[in-house]
Amino acid sequence: MTFITLDSIQKQFFDKNNQPHTVLDNINVSIEKGEFVSILGPSGCGKSTLLSMVAGLTQATDGEIVIDNDYIVNGPGKDRGMVFQQASLFPWLNVLENVKFPLKKEMSKQKASDQAKKYIQKVQLSSYLDHYTHELSGGMQQRVAIARALAMNPEILLMDEPFGALDEQTRTLLHDQLEQIWIDTKKTVLFVTHSINESIKLSDRILVMGTQPGRILTDIKVDLPRPRTNYKEQMLRIEDEIMQYLKSEIDKVVQEELNNESTH
Amino acid sequence: MNPLIKRIIFIVVVLGLWELGSQLQIWSELILPAPSSVGVALYEGFANMTLVYDFVASFRRLIIGLAIALFIGTSIGLLIAKSKTADDTIGSMLLAFQSVPSIVWLPLAMMWFGLNDKAVIFVVVLGGTFVMAMNVRSGIKNVSPDFIRAARTMGAKGFDLFIRVIFPASIPYFVTGSRLAWAFAWRALIAGELLSTGPGLGYTLSYASDFGEMELVIGVMIIIGVIGLIVDQVIFQRIEKSVAKRWGLEL
Ligand SMILES: Nc1ncnc2c1ncn2[C@@H]1O[C@H](COP(=O)(O)OP(=O)(O)OP(=O)(O)O)[C@@H](O)[C@H]1O
Ligand SMILES: [Mg+2]
Repeated sequence: MTFITLDSIQKQFFDKNNQPHTVLDNINVSIEKGEFVSILGPSGCGKSTLLSMVAGLTQATDGEIVIDNDYIVNGPGKDRGMVFQQASLFPWLNVLENVKFPLKKEMSKQKASDQAKKYIQKVQLSSYLDHYTHELSGGMQQRVAIARALAMNPEILLMDEPFGALDEQTRTLLHDQLEQIWIDTKKTVLFVTHSINESIKLSDRILVMGTQPGRILTDIKVDLPRPRTNYKEQMLRIEDEIMQYLKSEIDKVVQEELNNESTH
Repeated sequence: MNPLIKRIIFIVVVLGLWELGSQLQIWSELILPAPSSVGVALYEGFANMTLVYDFVASFRRLIIGLAIALFIGTSIGLLIAKSKTADDTIGSMLLAFQSVPSIVWLPLAMMWFGLNDKAVIFVVVLGGTFVMAMNVRSGIKNVSPDFIRAARTMGAKGFDLFIRVIFPASIPYFVTGSRLAWAFAWRALIAGELLSTGPGLGYTLSYASDFGEMELVIGVMIIIGVIGLIVDQVIFQRIEKSVAKRWGLEL
């Protein structure tokens, strides 16, 4: 059953001359409950914008986002937790307090603490409860951010290049942790990335996006058992397929930049 | 060499040369008394409690004035950070007020309140208010939009968002604002006391000067300097540093 529906989403921004720029054009997607879906595309194609619209932080210019065939997104909600591209932990709170942040109003202190600790344990940071952001590595910070998003127990987990700024080894480690969390919690995950590898490793489906305007080029199913370490060959084949789609897009971006150079 | 040791040696040398000059009567005691006479004047002042009373009286005015300044400054700062109209009107006036040394208000204040504590406290309040207001405004305006977006996805909005995110995120600016407010208030206080009635450190300074007690003049100057240094370096800079570190603003 469809859980998240993006229906003819269009998004324009106005530049300083008040000229509209279409960043996203006619996006139609249906996502099933419990699916792990990656959104893959070149930088600037509108991935963050799209995710931020599902989060309810940005309004679409046209079209609507429907959750659970029930309501139209018109603001943030606790059914949708988000992990951001850049660190967004609160530096004045320690790890435990950060993860408790979304729980403060709903339950007793004790219960909030217990629930927060449960999710901190899922990202294996139980021994860092009273540490502050500046005492944590980038990878640890993103794990705390994941725990914080999970703590309010949302149906949907939105992740915007959560591992983009991390080194390869940390990234691999966090992939495994995230996969385990997803298997344990059965969340519906929307995962933005520009790493082809990452998307193939983690997702059930990959939405490949093109740019100018941002749109969905293709929707690829990854039907491989997890963990996928033993399916190198099949993964390579999918990678080739995605590359075919992205190549022309990357050429387009390069061409555009060259044109801009020569007109300036 | 340890900078602290360098500093101590430097001060000892300066004091030594100063004492030597006085002993050799290169200049008269009346123009520049010897450090030893200053020391005696300070000792006597503390022994007969006059300097202690001065100190207490000055600090009382400072604390009252600074507290009012921080309160009004924070209120104005919040107002102009949140309201565009207030920023365009009151906000633009702040810089003008800030560039006037607050002591120039004393004649008016004496007309309004009389030649007493209130006039001095008024000048102290004006000394601290504007710089606090401007720092609070910057603090609120510079809260990272990433924090606000993150908080909104976790259900925070309105007043809750302000109390739990915007306010704590701008604490470094509150601390800097308080430190600068203190520095301006401290200068305004002494200036106000110089021209007003006692007891108070500034008053004793002008009184001693009228009676040609130069050793007491210098003694009070030293007290004023040392207090300023201690509050700034020991209290405020420490708080500022630890806040900057926690908030990840350390350069
Ligand atoms: N608030 C805004 N105002 C104007 N233009 C914007 C705004 N936010 C995004 N854009 C533009 O929309 C386009 C898409 O931005 P977006 O951040 O969604 O890209 P992205 O796919 O997430 O890129 P990256 O992979 O680099 O994070 C860009 O061209 C960007 O300049
Ligand atoms: Mg992005």
